[in-house]
Amino acid sequence: MGSRQRQNTIAGLIFTSPFIVGFLVFSFYPIGASLFYSFTSYRILTPPHWIGLGNYQRMLFTDELFWTSLYNTSFFTLLSVPSGLLASFVLALALNANIRGLSIYRTVFYLPSLVPTVAVAIIWLWLFHTRYGLLNIILQWLGLPRVGWLTSPGMAKPSLAIMGLWAIGPTVIIFLASLQDVPQQLYEAAEIDGAYYLQKTVYITVPMVTPVILFNLIMGLIGSFQYFTQAYIMTNGGPVNATLMYVMYLYKNGFEYIQMGYASAMAWVLFLVILLCTAVVLRSSGRWVYYGGVAR
Amino acid sequence: MTIRQLQLPGLALRSRKAGDLLGRALVHLFLILSGLGFALPLFWLVSSSLKVDRQLFAFPPVWIPHPIAWQNFPEALSAMPFLIYLRNTLWICLWNVIGTIVSCTPVAYGLSRIEWRGRDLLFVLVLATMMLPFAVTMIPLYIVFRVLGWVGSMKPLIVPAFFGTPFFIFLLRQFLMTIPMDLSDAAVMDGCSHYGIMWYVMVPLCKPALATTALFTFMANWNDFLGPLIYLSDDAHYTLSIGLQRFLVLHNAQWSYLMAASTTFTLPIVLLFFLTQRTFVQGITLTGIKG
Repeated sequence: MGSRQRQNTIAGLIFTSPFIVGFLVFSFYPIGASLFYSFTSYRILTPPHWIGLGNYQRMLFTDELFWTSLYNTSFFTLLSVPSGLLASFVLALALNANIRGLSIYRTVFYLPSLVPTVAVAIIWLWLFHTRYGLLNIILQWLGLPRVGWLTSPGMAKPSLAIMGLWAIGPTVIIFLASLQDVPQQLYEAAEIDGAYYLQKTVYITVPMVTPVILFNLIMGLIGSFQYFTQAYIMTNGGPVNATLMYVMYLYKNGFEYIQMGYASAMAWVLFLVILLCTAVVLRSSGRWVYYGGVAR
Repeated sequence: MTIRQLQLPGLALRSRKAGDLLGRALVHLFLILSGLGFALPLFWLVSSSLKVDRQLFAFPPVWIPHPIAWQNFPEALSAMPFLIYLRNTLWICLWNVIGTIVSCTPVAYGLSRIEWRGRDLLFVLVLATMMLPFAVTMIPLYIVFRVLGWVGSMKPLIVPAFFGTPFFIFLLRQFLMTIPMDLSDAAVMDGCSHYGIMWYVMVPLCKPALATTALFTFMANWNDFLGPLIYLSDDAHYTLSIGLQRFLVLHNAQWSYLMAASTTFTLPIVLLFFLTQRTFVQGITLTGIKG
């Protein structure tokens, strides 16, 4: 028995060895190195030299752009994550109403999420174009004034959030699948009690899919805090730093200004912010997430 | 149904039915309007890619291009080394698919079909790594690859795939967990090694999950921008993502070319979707629900 156990342990280690090596080289070491670099001034051509808390001090007390980028990302997250969840949920509800043509609608909602990010950015640059963009042409048609979608500082982040809604297809599908998993008896029981659609939605559907909402909320938060590509391509931080997102500023520090130490410190702060947000959401989930029938 | 009809007074039933019909119509109206919203940018992309400049900037807007400017496509694709970008992208995608499948399958097997101490700890590690933001490891990884002399080549975008991608390890592991243990036990009785069980019993059973993994890996690499942005530095190595972004930076007023190139960049993925629709939908639910 003992030798069997040992054999299994050896087999287990061999089978999982790609991940173990990969973890050590591509995650564990970089995390440690990143922590070390964050206490140094590191300009790549010369070895890192220790400056203690210098990077963190600069970040927190003198670098205004750090705060701007943190604010931008937080604001964008607050704007895009809830609206994305709400929109996907409503679309999934509508798709779940036992309607005809489900597969056509589903395809239409899903397709945009397949468009490669760079192509999405180019398409929306064209749609948002102040002079020739379709959105402003439509506004003009309706007799409304043009909007500087990406050129006015107040509008830039909401515009990016609107663009983000275009790619919620996968979330819609995930919600739809979970809606279809809600036991039919619950609805039947409620109908016998005379419940209407809205009541059934609020008291049965929503509680039953809260675990999926939680999952999508956390994934959405993690993704949104790392928002980079679209803003980098479309506005490169402008206008007046209104879309200077956190990871973009980190990237610029690391790869444009070659301040690897400072960028590493920023990465660590980001890591902590994401951990903190996830922890807060998970903590709160006890109050609003319902795990079907499982007593907690 | 009959029981409910008996219990409800006739009048209430009829008004509820009328309400149902109205509700259904409203749902369709809502779906059609949002569907139009989702479809419009794609329609506008294709339509713009086929317009001559005069129609591109016309007011009121031209919905269906006339004449159809097919020449935008060859012109756009020869305005940049498109075929080289395409070749590089496919090369990276191909090796990532191979690497991911080859590495994630045994890892997922070791995390689900073999009983051993430390297994659960390792699985927690996989989950933790999955949550790790790329930004945190980005800089040290760049330095490692720089020391290895790989920056500027496609190696940093390919080699890591051979060491397992946490997300797909998780996905395959969840799938393997659903296969009854008896199957492995029977194979052990027949004198099959773990390697044999994985290869001859599990892999055939895992085809849907493996297909999802291959598909999503392909898409992720076709799409990836940040990786190529950091590691690649010249036309000979650029992928379509970074190549197209460079073209945008250099010729940002060439809208018809940009639209034609974006259409060409998007089309293969859309075709792939229609060819493998079932794998797709299955994959999304597989990845989303089991979390």
